[in-house]
Amino acid sequence: MNSLILMAGSRILVALLVVFSIFMLLRGHNEPGGGFIGGLIGAVGFVIYAISCGTASAREALRLTPETIAAVGLGVALFGGLMAAFTGDAFFTGQWLFIGETEDDKGLPLSSVLVFDVGVYLVVFGSILSLVFAMEEEI
Amino acid sequence: MAGSSEHHGTDWSVGAFLPAVLPALLFVWAAGYLPLIASGEVARPVLDWVPSLGIALSFLIDGLSLTFTLLITGIGTLVMLYAGQYMSGHKHYVRFMSYLTAFMLSMLGLVLADNLIALFVFWELTTITSYLLIGFDHATAKSRRSALQALLLTGTGALAMLAGFILIGTVAGTFELSEILSQPGVLTEHPWYLAILLLILAGAFTKSAQFPFHFWLPNAMAAPTPVSAYLHSATMVKGGVYLLARLHPGLGGTDVWLWTLTIFGAITAVFASILALRQTDLKQVLAYTTLMALGTLTLFLAFDDSVAITAAVTFLIIHSLYKACLFLVAGIIDHGTGTREVSRLRGLARAMPITTAAAALAALSMAGFPPFFGFIGKELMYKGGTEAMHAPIFVTAAALAANALMVAAAAIVAFRPFWGRGEAETEPGVTPHEAAWPMWIGPAILGLGGLVLGLAPILAAPLVNATVAAILPGGEGYELKLWHGVNLALMLSLATFALGFLIYAFSDRLRAGLAALEARNPIHFDNGWDHVIDGVKAFAGWQTRVIQSGALRVYLRITFVTLFLAIGGTIFAFGAFDVSVVFPNLLVKQWAVILLIVAGTALVVLTRSRITAIAGLGVVGIGVALIFIIYGAPDVAITQLLVETLVVVLVAVVLLRLPYLYPEGKVIHRKFDALLALALGAGTTMILLMVNAGPLDRRLTTFFEQASWPEAYGRNIVNVILVDFRALDTFGEIAVVLVAALSAFVLLKGMKREKAE
Repeated sequence: MNSLILMAGSRILVALLVVFSIFMLLRGHNEPGGGFIGGLIGAVGFVIYAISCGTASAREALRLTPETIAAVGLGVALFGGLMAAFTGDAFFTGQWLFIGETEDDKGLPLSSVLVFDVGVYLVVFGSILSLVFAMEEEI
Repeated sequence: MAGSSEHHGTDWSVGAFLPAVLPALLFVWAAGYLPLIASGEVARPVLDWVPSLGIALSFLIDGLSLTFTLLITGIGTLVMLYAGQYMSGHKHYVRFMSYLTAFMLSMLGLVLADNLIALFVFWELTTITSYLLIGFDHATAKSRRSALQALLLTGTGALAMLAGFILIGTVAGTFELSEILSQPGVLTEHPWYLAILLLILAGAFTKSAQFPFHFWLPNAMAAPTPVSAYLHSATMVKGGVYLLARLHPGLGGTDVWLWTLTIFGAITAVFASILALRQTDLKQVLAYTTLMALGTLTLFLAFDDSVAITAAVTFLIIHSLYKACLFLVAGIIDHGTGTREVSRLRGLARAMPITTAAAALAALSMAGFPPFFGFIGKELMYKGGTEAMHAPIFVTAAALAANALMVAAAAIVAFRPFWGRGEAETEPGVTPHEAAWPMWIGPAILGLGGLVLGLAPILAAPLVNATVAAILPGGEGYELKLWHGVNLALMLSLATFALGFLIYAFSDRLRAGLAALEARNPIHFDNGWDHVIDGVKAFAGWQTRVIQSGALRVYLRITFVTLFLAIGGTIFAFGAFDVSVVFPNLLVKQWAVILLIVAGTALVVLTRSRITAIAGLGVVGIGVALIFIIYGAPDVAITQLLVETLVVVLVAVVLLRLPYLYPEGKVIHRKFDALLALALGAGTTMILLMVNAGPLDRRLTTFFEQASWPEAYGRNIVNVILVDFRALDTFGEIAVVLVAALSAFVLLKGMKREKAE
């Protein structure tokens, strides 16, 4: 699509959408959001970019092929589930670490659940882009 | 011939010995249990597997499983040592040894498992690994066909067996064998007994190649010789026999058990030993004698008196020893002369002295000469047969016929090739020669084993007694000794030898006669198998053409018609029409959403432009998302909106390539579609109204509301469920997403390649 306005706008949009998608991913445990929604938003950003500037530029911007991203995501999710094995818990039992925990405040929560959600994000993001790019290129 | 295509080098490396180390260690480990088992104890190591489903990796080490374990690991060690030489230099040597080791471990799991589900898993693992082994020479069509045949036949039997196991688990209330078998009569007196028995027998008979499922076993000879020696002596095919012996206390002792096993066992034994005479390839002769042995074992497992069971257990050990030995000898002959044709092999004794001695020992045990272990086994068979409570004449006659033919087969395999007058017609350029020691050590030990156990049966007695006690609770093994005095069994033995020699003397003429008979025989099991497979393929092709038409409309119609029938049928069947519809008092914004959705739908239905239709669908989707927002499900709403956006993008991309919206002359289809849509909508509405009419079960909601923060430190319940409480489900779903994306990717790339060509 040869639209200068769209091309110029999409560069800012893709950055905003990716940042927004990470925001959605991180807030997901307590507010609306999460890995699935985050992955969708991030994918939409790159879809817009691919439509306006072509899939070649979009692929270049991604650096990794979307299939690799999706496969890595599945591995990350699996790893998140396997982390429970380190403490002898059942597969997929959430493991939590609260940094700077005080009486009133839980501090900065880090968890295997977040690792799993990042995996979900990457799978959704990679799968959708894989599909859209292939369609753009082949049809 | 396998020998000519496989290279037998003499270059030695650690790799040739390494594979034999594991079975040797396992053998020593298993032998450590001997004193415990001999004292009548049972060991039961347990490892939790799926505790929530009551499935544990529990093992049962008693006489029966220990006998099998020792045979599997002992013969396994010798076979691996042999294969290290036989297969050395083969370009897939490592692959071969890995398959063989994997097979051995699966087989060990099968005989040691105490849990029926675990037993099934190991059973299937032996099926898969044996498929890889039989089809090892995958470049030839014959190997591939044989491997697939064995896989499909034993795999189908195993599925029936699984159904049988589940029924057993339901009836007995546990999947642990040791617990099931300690409740006498719980299976035999249950109304499902017959179904259970038939399903289990389907598994056992296919695995142990009982008539009429016998044909896969001779075909499996396409495997390299070490595989045949291992699979058809002590392991794979004995799996079915093991199952019958294992379940004997739970399922045996009834008339159905007795007659089914007697008849199928006897038919298999006699039928196979006659066919053994018909063969000209050493390995084929041995394959049919294996069938005979399996038939005999099944026959004697039919009974529940201690002599017959002792006969079965003894024969099991005897057969494993001599059959493994003779298969390995066949491999050495093949290797040393380049041929396995009985008619071409003569006078090899001078060139292969050690192999000759080993073969002679094994053959004498096979034919049942004193003072070999085989003699003791045969005497027990006759004693058990003549004293059988039912049909002693039939059983004895079957045993006599099979044993006499076995004497003849032993002479064909191990007498003529070595001692027969004349010169062997070897392949050009091959001088008959002895094999290297790793190849003859196995046959020599196995052959000597038959002699040692015959001279000193006291060595085998504790294990045999413990095995009999496992098959026949409270039973005791019959005394093993060479000389029981002049009795009926001894007379029958003498008759066996006489008859056997007579058959051997006329074996060439018998073979010609059998060949002529076979040529006129209209029933061929092996060809019948091909017909069955062709039929399955034709059926699969037909139903694929019918169901998978490739037209999206047809798929949608089928899906929706099915859905409508399911909904409508359920409502009709339960007669739940009396829904009191109380029209809710809606707010203005709710009315607005409804209007939006209805307007969108009307647009989709009425428009003739595809882009308008897509926009209309988008309106409907956004309307639904608004409903989610109104009722407090922002996560679902966001997802819905994003998916709608992406769908519009995707459709816009492919829009140009789609065919015209309404092909002419298809008005009838449109009417049908409209009717279907209305019916489905009405049905769904009914269901929702009915759901609303009753009180909602809020137990799960309450649980998640309460547990979400304290247990998973999250306030967004939807996300907490997705990533924590139901993380395994989510993992499965994202795996599906990835697979779907990759499949679509491959399909689209394929389209491009097709276009390019």
